[in-house]
Amino acid sequence: MTFEVGSGLSIGVILATVILVAAMLIWVERRLLSFWQERLGPNRVGPFGLLQVVADMIKIFTKEDWVPPFADKFSFVLAPAIIMTVILMSFSVVPFAPGVGVVDSNIGVLFVLAMASLGAYSVMLAGLSSDNKYALLGALRAAAQMISYEVFMGISILGVVALAGTFNLREIVLAQEENGWYVIPQFIGFVIFLIAGIAESHRLPFDIPEAEQEICAGYHTEYSGMKFGMFFVGEYLGLVLIASLITVLFFGGWLGPAFLPPIVWFSLKAFAFIAFFILLRAAIPRPRYDQLMSYGWLFLLPVSLLNLLITGVIILSTS
Amino acid sequence: MLTLIKDTLTSQVVTLWRVFSHLWVKADTVEYPDEQPYMFPRWRGRIILSRDPDGEERCVACNLCAVACPVDCIALQKTEDEEGRWYPEFFRINFSRCIMCGFCEEACPTNAIQLTPDFEMAEYKRQDMVWEKEDLLIDGTGKYHDYNFYRVAGKKIGGKDKGEARNEAVPVNVRSLLP
Amino acid sequence: MILLFYIAGAVAVISTVAVILQTNIVHALIYLILSLLAVAVCFYVLGAPFAAVLEAIVYAGAIMVLFLFVIMMLNMGQHSIDQERSWMGPKVWIVPSILASVLLAQLLTVITQYDHELALTTVDVMEVSALLFGPYVLAVELASLLLLAGLVAAYHLAKK
Repeated sequence: MTFEVGSGLSIGVILATVILVAAMLIWVERRLLSFWQERLGPNRVGPFGLLQVVADMIKIFTKEDWVPPFADKFSFVLAPAIIMTVILMSFSVVPFAPGVGVVDSNIGVLFVLAMASLGAYSVMLAGLSSDNKYALLGALRAAAQMISYEVFMGISILGVVALAGTFNLREIVLAQEENGWYVIPQFIGFVIFLIAGIAESHRLPFDIPEAEQEICAGYHTEYSGMKFGMFFVGEYLGLVLIASLITVLFFGGWLGPAFLPPIVWFSLKAFAFIAFFILLRAAIPRPRYDQLMSYGWLFLLPVSLLNLLITGVIILSTS
Repeated sequence: MLTLIKDTLTSQVVTLWRVFSHLWVKADTVEYPDEQPYMFPRWRGRIILSRDPDGEERCVACNLCAVACPVDCIALQKTEDEEGRWYPEFFRINFSRCIMCGFCEEACPTNAIQLTPDFEMAEYKRQDMVWEKEDLLIDGTGKYHDYNFYRVAGKKIGGKDKGEARNEAVPVNVRSLLP
Repeated sequence: MILLFYIAGAVAVISTVAVILQTNIVHALIYLILSLLAVAVCFYVLGAPFAAVLEAIVYAGAIMVLFLFVIMMLNMGQHSIDQERSWMGPKVWIVPSILASVLLAQLLTVITQYDHELALTTVDVMEVSALLFGPYVLAVELASLLLLAGLVAAYHLAKK
């Protein structure tokens, strides 16, 4: 078996790596957050606390897998599976390095958007089936937030797609080899994609669907054990996905000076964005729900449309 | 829109930078089991019963601490010895109830019950959290070294009659007509 | 590839039947989403990846989310399940089944008479957009006008 795009070996390696990285992010996030808050963070289990993840996993696997008697069991069990599935599916189109990836799809960008939109079901079904007022409120917020920010996310990528002339993520990276990173011509698109990506994976500061201080834990209030763990790891998987997509779309993917292998460049760039997301969590307070909505529709939508329009005009006038 | 962009740059980005710059600030954390934190002398921790400078129990079983206790975790029973000194027959504190509020210390008229800076009281069995008098009594005087209740109180005990306490006048004989 | 198409088609048909038969409205909606996704797979297998992804984004990803959103607002309890069940009597089935079987018979005759191979040519995004903004640009503009009208109306309603 060879290691190439689409072979069984590379699919297995990518799947394992992505899940492992997402699990390790539990530790990375806690450590980084605590450094920014002048603490030390988990450093007891293993060297530097690296085995904290193992301890967390053992705990979460051995917890009782409880389904509340008032919950709608079918949707309740289905919901955490959806989020893991759709995000792992999205990774299939991400080009990690030359020859590393699951599939080179001609509709890669659209596929990611489709999977992101399906991710909304996980949150909504979880909230709806829990039969809990906090969960329902969280699900309502999540639904509106995710539908809205999907729009800006899609429009902000279109500038890059128009410049590269393809929906294929690998070809977008290759196009950046000639034209330079798209973060320079598409800076506005990058900022909007960053904001929309955070809102889409409901990370802080846009974690309004699961705001602890307002609505307990939102849609996963009733979840425990491994089902909660899947939401938990799913959130980190979403974080890795958004960081990888920003790297691929705006920061040249695996491109970089030749003294490091391409996959290392990709990981470094993606990790820089993951660290940035964690910094956002440490620094920025959560906006109110209506602020988030009006910010999206009244500011991000016009700006992203304008960005697309100007990009189109420039492309047409230069070609 | 311009103000929004300006606010973003001046407020959010500056905030991000400020928080990020904490990366090279030394952490305040005291790594507890390896490194003991400094405990202040008046920290309200584990409760002890102290002895007076002569080595006798200070507690006179007045029950004020038990009354003051908001969670009713103190139980004691008064008894007397042949000299007339009062002392608790048993003195029991249920530390699984105790909230370390220090009211008992404030209520104590003889400085017998005191709170110490020790906080390491975890047990595996809840029954082990109930401490008897033998566990609570220490050999020293605690925070107040010179105080001895029976030396200043008018109570008559063996070896000290009425009027023999410190700063105490000889009792007036009310039956006498002399001034 | 053809096998995949038939599997996806079967999933679509079965889940659509399940949409009708389910009495719990949330479960019915999940089956409807599944059916739409199966149709998207059909499109993909038939060589229309763009249509497949749009099906997933627009129908499964956006419109069905709105359906679910509305259901969340309504208080669906056991009584709605009972009501649904009471509507599922055999009497209700007779006329629709007859009509549907007529259609099915027609479809079967058409399929058996016009026996042609499945044309598995991939239609790329570029070709689709060239067609949309070439010969069919008027239709696209009309559709966008319609959507604009809907947008304005929604804005007006929300303002009130």
